[in-house]
Amino acid sequence: MNTKISIESAGKTFGDGNIIALQDVNLAIGSNEFVTFVGASGCGKSTLLRCIGGLETLSSGSINVDGVPVSGPGVDRAMVFQHYSLYPWLSVIDNIKFTRLLQINREDITSADVETASGRADALIDLMGLNHVRDAYPNQLSGGMQQRVAIARALLPRPQILLMDEPFGALDAQTREVMHDMILHVSKLEKTTIVFVTHDVEEAIYLGQRVVVMAPRPGRIDSICQVVLPAQRNQDMKLSPEFVQQKKAILTRIRETAGMHTDLELLERMTRQAEADQ
Amino acid sequence: MSTDNTRPSLYQSVISGWSAFWVIRGHLSPRIYLLFALTGMLLPLAAWWWLSASGLMDKVFMPGPIDVLLRLYTWFKDDDLLGDMWISTYRVAAGFSLSAILAIPLGIMIGSYRPVQALLEPLTDFIRYMPAVAFIPLVMLWVGIDESSKIAIIFIGTFFQMVLMIAEDVRRVPITQIEAAQTMGATRSEIVSLVIIPSAKPALLDTLRVTMGWAWTYLVVAELVAANSGLGYAILRAQRFMQTDKIFAGIILIGLIGLAIDQLFRWLHRKNFPWLYKK
Ligand SMILES: Nc1ncnc2c1ncn2[C@@H]1O[C@H](COP(=O)(O)OP(=O)(O)OP(=O)(O)O)[C@@H](O)[C@H]1O
Ligand SMILES: [Mg+2]
Repeated sequence: MNTKISIESAGKTFGDGNIIALQDVNLAIGSNEFVTFVGASGCGKSTLLRCIGGLETLSSGSINVDGVPVSGPGVDRAMVFQHYSLYPWLSVIDNIKFTRLLQINREDITSADVETASGRADALIDLMGLNHVRDAYPNQLSGGMQQRVAIARALLPRPQILLMDEPFGALDAQTREVMHDMILHVSKLEKTTIVFVTHDVEEAIYLGQRVVVMAPRPGRIDSICQVVLPAQRNQDMKLSPEFVQQKKAILTRIRETAGMHTDLELLERMTRQAEADQ
Repeated sequence: MSTDNTRPSLYQSVISGWSAFWVIRGHLSPRIYLLFALTGMLLPLAAWWWLSASGLMDKVFMPGPIDVLLRLYTWFKDDDLLGDMWISTYRVAAGFSLSAILAIPLGIMIGSYRPVQALLEPLTDFIRYMPAVAFIPLVMLWVGIDESSKIAIIFIGTFFQMVLMIAEDVRRVPITQIEAAQTMGATRSEIVSLVIIPSAKPALLDTLRVTMGWAWTYLVVAELVAANSGLGYAILRAQRFMQTDKIFAGIILIGLIGLAIDQLFRWLHRKNFPWLYKK
């Protein structure tokens, strides 16, 4: 396995150092690997993703992409957000071509480049099934369609890494399934390394070659789960015993690390209180 | 078997129609909307008409709509109505444009760059709370009572508010739009010109529309104290001659011009930002 991203004793604190969002995170992500991250809310999934993307800087440790330390955002690492990242004043096709707009603005590309970019944009429009909404504005589209546009836009400059933070979190179950197969297809076709954050354990197993379980307070990696499903996934696998087994195991890890017992204690206390009041 | 389910009674349909009217943020057909709008405009007019005709109030203090219309006509024919309208509009346009030309870049800078914000926003906030009207004596001492003094007062009245509102508009650009551009390799200046400005533009135009209303307020203030022409001045002089109908005419005229400009801004909004109106 060629290491694409290597995270070495990464730490990140917020505020006066009292919020430890990440502590001593170590992980190597391979070329064209699909890694998913799950974990209780606040365990630092988004923070880690943003550090890889260069939108946040680490407080300690380092992240290297192809051996080069990350020092800020770059076109090699595209990012897909949960929502509100499309430009509502641009049509679908112009949103997708936004990176080209940047380059045309800089006048550092030839007309041949523009041609290939247009070809690429058209290909992505085809790939994402966006032909019929090519000239629509984003707010005319459903949430699922909007995320397709966001993914197409991220893929346009052929990034080597795609960072996705709960990209399907706001979609309904059916649309999600379609998007899952679409993104698996993209990962094969484009050979993109994908780092994918989600709340949904099923989604994490279905998509990932490895599922990284994170734990909160301080944010850290709890365990890493190698997914045992065949490389070519299909929806029926979600019912297989292996799948259910892994889902159970991961859910247990998340529950144990989430600190839910405090809530149970609280519930018991409240019940006792209610009984005493009667 | 009852027919209740298939054909509601008249009573029921009236009730359901009535409650459909009051759906929160509901929809109204354009015709009904127009009907309501006209009622809202005409009812006060009718009340005014009735009040002036009833004789409850002295005609000297409460002229009727007809008196006001007649006065408008003589003002147009014998006095220089169009000249007054022109000079007032000119002053507003000049003061407002000067404000906007300076406030837009400044507001964008304050909203985008933290050091600029730290440097200028507290100061602007402070000046904003100084009453613009209180600057009039100073303005008259400094720039006299020619055109520039009126323009200066409108400028003082609108500029500081405008800067702060524009800065706020710019700050409301969703951070994910900016971060998306960063991950696509946009430089800082590209983020300002290709993301922040286009994203904030509709809000900016709305800010201009609102501050344009204030510009008219300050125009009248300026003309009441420091002018010998314009609609505000005409209103002041009318008071001296007890021409209440002319005061009414002046006030209504300013209202109508304001309304027309407001509609112009709204039209520009629809014209320039079609994505906001396509659903
Ligand atoms: N900009 C910030 N300023 C201060 N604290 C922050 C900031 N960003 C994140 N944090 C804190 O860091 C911790 C990790 O946050 P993060 O958003 O990475 O969690 P997450 O795993 O993505 O959670 P979720 O599943 O809810 O999205 C949280 O305690 C959060 O409050
Ligand atoms: Mg998150």
